[in-house]
Amino acid sequence: MTDTRKFGCDSASVIHERGQRQVFCGLAGIVWLHRKIQDAFFLVVGSRTCAHLLQSAAGVMIFAEPRFATAILQERDLAGMADCNQELDRVAAEVLDRRPDIKTLFLVASCPSEVIKLDLNKAAERLSAQYRGRVRVFDYSGSGLDTTFTQGEDTCLLSLVPELPQLPDSERSLLILGTLPDVVEDQFTRLFNELGIGPVHFLPPRQSTAFPPVGRGTSLLLAQPFLGETARALQKRGATLLTAPFPFGVEGTLGWLQAATDAWGISRARLDAVTAPAIARAQRGLERQREILAGKRITFLPDSQLEIPLARFLTRECGMELVEVATPFLEQQLLAPELALLPTGVRLTEGQNLEAQLNRVRAERPDLTVCGLGLANPLEAEGLRTKWSIELVFTPVHGFDQAADLAELFARPLVRSSLLRV
Amino acid sequence: MQLTLWSYEGPPHIGAMRIASSMDGVHLVLHAPQGDTYADLLFTMIERRGQRPPVSYTSFQARELGSDTAALVKNTIQETFDRFAPRVILIGESCTAELIQDQPGALALGMKLPIPVLALELPAYTRKENWGANETFYQLVRGLLKNRVPTPGTEQELRHGGNRPLANLLGATALGFRCRDDVVEVTRLLDSIGVGINVVAPLGATPEELLRLPAADFNICLYPEIADQTCDWLKRHFAQPVIKTVPIGIGATRDFIAEVGRVAGIEIGETAAPSSARLSWYSRSVDSTYLTGKRVFIFGDATHAVAAARIASEELGFTVVGLGTYAREFARDVREAAKRYDVEPLITDDYLEVEARVAEAHPELVLGTQMERHIAKRLGVPCAVISAPAHIQDFPARYAPQMGFEGANVIFDTWVHPLMMGLEEHLITMFREDFEFHEGAAPSHLGGSKTVQSDAKPAAVTDDPVASTAVGTDAAVLTWAADAELELKKIPFFVRGKARRNTERFAQERGILTITVETLYDAKAHFGR
Repeated sequence: MTDTRKFGCDSASVIHERGQRQVFCGLAGIVWLHRKIQDAFFLVVGSRTCAHLLQSAAGVMIFAEPRFATAILQERDLAGMADCNQELDRVAAEVLDRRPDIKTLFLVASCPSEVIKLDLNKAAERLSAQYRGRVRVFDYSGSGLDTTFTQGEDTCLLSLVPELPQLPDSERSLLILGTLPDVVEDQFTRLFNELGIGPVHFLPPRQSTAFPPVGRGTSLLLAQPFLGETARALQKRGATLLTAPFPFGVEGTLGWLQAATDAWGISRARLDAVTAPAIARAQRGLERQREILAGKRITFLPDSQLEIPLARFLTRECGMELVEVATPFLEQQLLAPELALLPTGVRLTEGQNLEAQLNRVRAERPDLTVCGLGLANPLEAEGLRTKWSIELVFTPVHGFDQAADLAELFARPLVRSSLLRV
Repeated sequence: MQLTLWSYEGPPHIGAMRIASSMDGVHLVLHAPQGDTYADLLFTMIERRGQRPPVSYTSFQARELGSDTAALVKNTIQETFDRFAPRVILIGESCTAELIQDQPGALALGMKLPIPVLALELPAYTRKENWGANETFYQLVRGLLKNRVPTPGTEQELRHGGNRPLANLLGATALGFRCRDDVVEVTRLLDSIGVGINVVAPLGATPEELLRLPAADFNICLYPEIADQTCDWLKRHFAQPVIKTVPIGIGATRDFIAEVGRVAGIEIGETAAPSSARLSWYSRSVDSTYLTGKRVFIFGDATHAVAAARIASEELGFTVVGLGTYAREFARDVREAAKRYDVEPLITDDYLEVEARVAEAHPELVLGTQMERHIAKRLGVPCAVISAPAHIQDFPARYAPQMGFEGANVIFDTWVHPLMMGLEEHLITMFREDFEFHEGAAPSHLGGSKTVQSDAKPAAVTDDPVASTAVGTDAAVLTWAADAELELKKIPFFVRGKARRNTERFAQERGILTITVETLYDAKAHFGR
């Protein structure tokens, strides 16, 4: 299949929209972070709304042992009748009393705590000193005022950066940034081993006590596009950011690995030899999905910042046609390699004006609309096929061996609608 | 601050959303930060609705806080009016907007829109979801009807004047526990005794239908948590009697029919229960004998908890060992009911307190909300859901009312299902060392053979998952002889926690320091089962 299109998107052509936004706040990151870092506890300082968001999202699972909670602000806290710091100490003690196995406690700021300017950073320092040797206490903001959905992971990991041990100047290492499913982490570890790259560390780690070191010898490779703040903080600590597309699909994963082999001075021939079997497998798997997806028109509504890399994969490797690609926030520097691979003239939108955007969706009637769960069923009821976007954050989708699975996530709603006869 | 692992209710603006989403032609404008749109998912996912809820959010972000958030409110209201053409607009704030005090209600009223605009006061830091729904429904009905209040004594001119008595069904909402099917069941029930329906509200109603509320002969308050304020107001201003019995359970359904008969002046025949009312026979049939005296802990909203306690005790023969509600506004009903079953009422919205009380009561079955499922999983106790908050699996496709005679059928199946079946229970008590059927295994009709283990206290599931609280400070000097400990293990696991507690209490009262096998059996004889 020869692609005769022109590629390369100019970031200047990005349309900026403002208005009503249908997105999650950063607190939603807790839903996957609590599984990745199993010895951590997330304590949101906020209102009943924050508590309600968390349990509406995660409460369908039944927890014998809770891993997150909300310290709900009361009237007394707002009126200044109660000392918020004393209250916070009391609540933290209650949590740690119940879960003595917790090694890391995250104090998570919310809209209400930000508006009343509660200083969680000081509280974290104080509690860290109090529980020294037993629990480390961090703070970050997951408020909707500051963060959109996956940015909650960015602010969470950013809070860990000052605590990472120093990598001695004589050593080098590869640091992979961004939550990856365990199976994907293991695949990448094997590939880097075979290529002779290492040692390889991951942030976040599976145990919050096993923090990866960082220093001047650190090469930084981003597995997720929404981690700009953390990447910049790691660069401040001496790490070198490797420029690469994100590891979605064959092309993205190969480009991503090549950034590391280039940094390690490993030949292209070696990279090709090591990756050939996995690439061949991925191509076989993708063929089946391409039959379903080729020529289909797709629109992305803004959600997680994964939109641009995924659109690149779907259009270049699955033959889909991009109608609109919207993202809540566009990190120009991190996404430059991705933008260079997008077909010229694609409509890129940063931000959202929900009703205007829905007007466009209804006028253009794409074959598939990638959107959040607040919009998916209503659009289905209007006869539009949708792919709910949150699943892309909760499914192994990175790397060669998940390329076909990733394509299948988008093919599935189309297959399903052709199966159903009633 | 209150440590909240799980919250029994959302904030009050969720209640306002439930009223707006229940209705047609009513739109809510919510002043709220980016991210509060998560609430749409409650309706589109948990309830699986095919329309977006009629709610517009200002979704302000940090960068807007420094500028004119008030202009943002006005724009959102204007756009909502232009785009959706609602016939009534409600204006409310979420918890964060309450802090920045933009007075969106006053702003909206100043815009002079040509439709009713109702500003809601929803104190997010003191009140909760059901209060918000109750208040919103009341403000809506009052706002639309306050100019039509008749002079006392002339209410009859507003009535429908047909020859069949008509009732309003009030309180059913979006996201209410089984409201969809309860309305159908109660409508059928009323029809069978010759009563028609005037308006069902808020679920499925329009603002125009609310204007027709006074045409009914009386109001049925199906869900007091949502509609009691509205019913009281209608009673005061339109002289409409209120039916207060909630028809959940066979007995309560009969009482409900009798009350409707009295108020509507209808002779109720002897055979009000149809042949499809099976709970009575199912509960009397001999396979249900083993249900007798099963210890059950009940928690939920007040209406469902009180109804469940009556069914458990009078209709299934369980023993109620705990009864509580998270709804302080309705604590009195639960306290009265608790007196009937001689249990200490539990009025709290603190999940941790509920967990402690369940652990202490050693029930064999927990009837509660989605939150009690977490507790029951931790303690390894069977559980069924009887009340909101519920999740997606309690908004089923099949017909599944709780009210009326079919509701009682549904309840019998749902509550008995999690319990181990009779034969299995007998055999496990007799033969304790089977490789497949042992007490650590889940009831075999529930499939999975995995045991629930809490990581905090491994192996503590079947015995005493939370450190024995009943023993008090003398626990330190009270010890179990090894053979007594072994003998205790021979008691079926679902009553073992209770046996341990009773034996320790028995020993303490008599100053016994070491519990022997004899003590165990003496205690058993003393308390009886």
